[in-house]
Amino acid sequence: MSTTTHYNLIGTRPPRHDGADKVTGRALYGADLKMAGLLHGAILRSPHAHANIVSIDTTKASQHPECRAIVTAADFPAVAERIVDLGEGETPLSYIRGNVLASGKTLYQGHAVAGVAATSPQAASEIAALIEVVYAPLPCVLTAPTAMAPGAPLLHSDLRCLEFGEPTTAPSNVSNHFRQVMGDSEKAFAEADIIVERELTTSTVHQGYIEPHTVTALWNNDGRLLMWCSTQGSFVVRDTIACMLDLPVSRVRVTPMEIGGGFGGKIPLYGEPVAALLSKKTGHPVKITMTRREVLEGSGPTPGSFIRVKIGAKQDGTLVAAQAYLAYEAGAYPGAMVSPAATCVFAAYDIANQTIDGYDVVVNKPSTAPYRAPGAPNAAFATETVLDEIAQKLGMDPLELRLKNAAKEGTRRADGAKFRRIGCVEVLETMKAHPHYSAPLGEPSHQQAKRGRGVAIGFWMNAGLPSSCTLNVHIDGSVGLIEGSTDIGGSRTSIAMMAAEVLGLEAADMRPSVVDTDTIGYTGVTGGSRTTFSTGWAAHDAAQDVVKQMKERAAKLWKVEEVQFENGVFRAGEHRLSFKELAAKVGEIGAPVVGRAAVNPKGAGGSFAGVIVDVEVDMETGKTSILRFTAVQDAGKAIHPSYVEGQMQGGSVQGIGWALNEEYFMSPEGRMMNASFLDYRMPTALDVPMIDTAIVEVANPVHPYGVRGVGEANIVSPPAAIANAIHAATGLRMSHLPMNPPSVMAAILKV
Amino acid sequence: MKVHVQINLNGEPAEFLAEPRQTLLECLRDTLNLTGTKEGCGDGNCGSCSILLDGQLVNSCLILGVETQGQCVETVEGIAQGSTLHPLQKAFIDNAALQCGICTPGFLMASKALLAREPNPTEPQIRMWLANNLCRCTGYDKIVRAVQIAAAEMRAQ
Repeated sequence: MSTTTHYNLIGTRPPRHDGADKVTGRALYGADLKMAGLLHGAILRSPHAHANIVSIDTTKASQHPECRAIVTAADFPAVAERIVDLGEGETPLSYIRGNVLASGKTLYQGHAVAGVAATSPQAASEIAALIEVVYAPLPCVLTAPTAMAPGAPLLHSDLRCLEFGEPTTAPSNVSNHFRQVMGDSEKAFAEADIIVERELTTSTVHQGYIEPHTVTALWNNDGRLLMWCSTQGSFVVRDTIACMLDLPVSRVRVTPMEIGGGFGGKIPLYGEPVAALLSKKTGHPVKITMTRREVLEGSGPTPGSFIRVKIGAKQDGTLVAAQAYLAYEAGAYPGAMVSPAATCVFAAYDIANQTIDGYDVVVNKPSTAPYRAPGAPNAAFATETVLDEIAQKLGMDPLELRLKNAAKEGTRRADGAKFRRIGCVEVLETMKAHPHYSAPLGEPSHQQAKRGRGVAIGFWMNAGLPSSCTLNVHIDGSVGLIEGSTDIGGSRTSIAMMAAEVLGLEAADMRPSVVDTDTIGYTGVTGGSRTTFSTGWAAHDAAQDVVKQMKERAAKLWKVEEVQFENGVFRAGEHRLSFKELAAKVGEIGAPVVGRAAVNPKGAGGSFAGVIVDVEVDMETGKTSILRFTAVQDAGKAIHPSYVEGQMQGGSVQGIGWALNEEYFMSPEGRMMNASFLDYRMPTALDVPMIDTAIVEVANPVHPYGVRGVGEANIVSPPAAIANAIHAATGLRMSHLPMNPPSVMAAILKV
Repeated sequence: MKVHVQINLNGEPAEFLAEPRQTLLECLRDTLNLTGTKEGCGDGNCGSCSILLDGQLVNSCLILGVETQGQCVETVEGIAQGSTLHPLQKAFIDNAALQCGICTPGFLMASKALLAREPNPTEPQIRMWLANNLCRCTGYDKIVRAVQIAAAEMRAQ
């Protein structure tokens, strides 16, 4: 399935512009930065999941000969409490600051309490350990249901639940309870022939980027604060730092370094404000790099959740009613991304009667951060396993049941939005027609093994947000492309391709650069699957601006009124000049050509994705092996198909990890017991097969190239598809993630 | 008290001063300015700091700098031949076997060690050999394929 528009460059696979730097070790990531006079920072973290801070004594620590400065929450400039919105919803400033340096209370084990600057990283850690903090431990709550129970220990004495938009009087661990209603689900359930209702839980998991958070800050002598960060959004860092430190944004410059993965987890700030405060105190640049343990204990994982889903169907498979109860753990501060979960929970289906309740619940775990389609995989685990059960009970093929009810253009969601052109049906049809779906499962590898196949689909709505792009035309016809989107997976090249397509150039003619916040217009985060969509759109528009100016130059040169531009050639009457030939003459004709564009597009056009997976379950150990895995996703238009496949394969394997192994294993006292890559077990090359991909292209009607972001929807369905495959193999319905060997073994023994 | 260490680094003699507590990874990155070798965990579980020590694949975060006295150390900075990329480097670029690229130096070193031992590895052999190296972006598919392609290229040479 492909759009018919003909492109020269779009849809091809040129090598990435930063490839040589990244395979030779020359690319500079945040931790690689060196600077004269550089000091090294370390963070002291709370050993308690919930405690009052009685006192902090830095006397002994500050006497260490290598100590240069110590900061605590008291070093933040005093400002009145206010509500700020930095792109992740409205939040009190005190919560944003509180997560960076605890004030009065620590709310999770790993919560930062103080920062130290010293002459070496080793000394900084030693000095942090010399800071004497007296804690008064408090009882902790670690899951949404326990935190919501009456009498549960409260994390924030000032937190009131917004109950349907109205604040309640008593303090609560629930920061928000909202409800989306469409039709009358109770009435429709009464008319259903079959109803399946299930309760499911999912554990806290981490994005697992391989590069720990790192920042270097220099409070310069001209009063400007310069930051070099590993971040998904340099402008978010600039704006958040300015807000937290009470500075005008013009005082802050953020330079994004090469970034070693993010998946949503490198949007919030952690060490950045601490490094800035330490630099202000010392007059030196200060670098803070987390250890892996700090990343797991002190950055933002994604919410664990408690979900109840109830779906009713007619005998013919028509889905008539659906209800969802979504309680998501925000961690220490509100913001569990339960709202997108509510948007996604039934988004793939046309169900007239829906009631969706969402609860944002604080617990004594790290404050959560986005992770690839945040909230959606948890919700899809519930919906897609319940649908599998309905299909089984109705004796229907699971893809037929989904196709019968699939959302399409005009389908309304419970959040009120109506779909424009989407590719849900096309994804399902591609899955059905895929050779994998009808291939034999093969014989189990031993007598105690059982095999099964599962399917599931998922949705993510994607984001638009502002992006800016500048194009500088050089005398040899090459074009410098200036952008502000952190490149995490090859976006420099796909964005450059979208400009080059307009200009009739090759990808190799482009010179893309990701620059600091002084040098490019505002650009939102690399997140929400928006970079190829929005920044690519800006690049397309900037290239059109270049074409317009080049035509003016040609008209002046040829003394004509009108110039045509087609297939990389400028024409007027008998006159012909290629883009490169004209570029060489621009200097003689007039001013240099600089194209520019900024966009803030709506209509990101959500992406649907699906999975077909074969598993083998060892009935003696409970271990599940992935035998074959096919990922299908609607990309709208695949600009660089290798990078689209890469997103699908990467999201799939993260989904496999989420399904089978990954979890924050918490002690009753709220200590993370597996804070290393040995025990927080992400998939290795040995744990997964090749990940086959099928790219579906249902063009997004609003985008110049039909792009839909592809970064996220691919992680939504793997856990559900694997659960369905385990059921097909064993007859067991799994209701908890991860489905690791102990959990599968417990289910086997229960039967 | 720092120790004077002499090694062969990427084919050239090199020397540095190391505190006895400093890992080889710290010596490479902080003292010798070879920041191509990355730190992902510091405890031997992610493989981002993989290097070759006398031809053996090791995690440089688990070796002390002072232990390498007189040994040959090979890092990602040393695998290209002058301005010509190693077939593995070229295969990783051409086959999109990297996304963020932070794990790439470690994968290149591990793959190089594999191909030195087994010029024609099977997919399971590649997966087993690379299982000490974590990649969170690619799902390993394109990495495995790039190693197969580079292996074929190297056998043809």
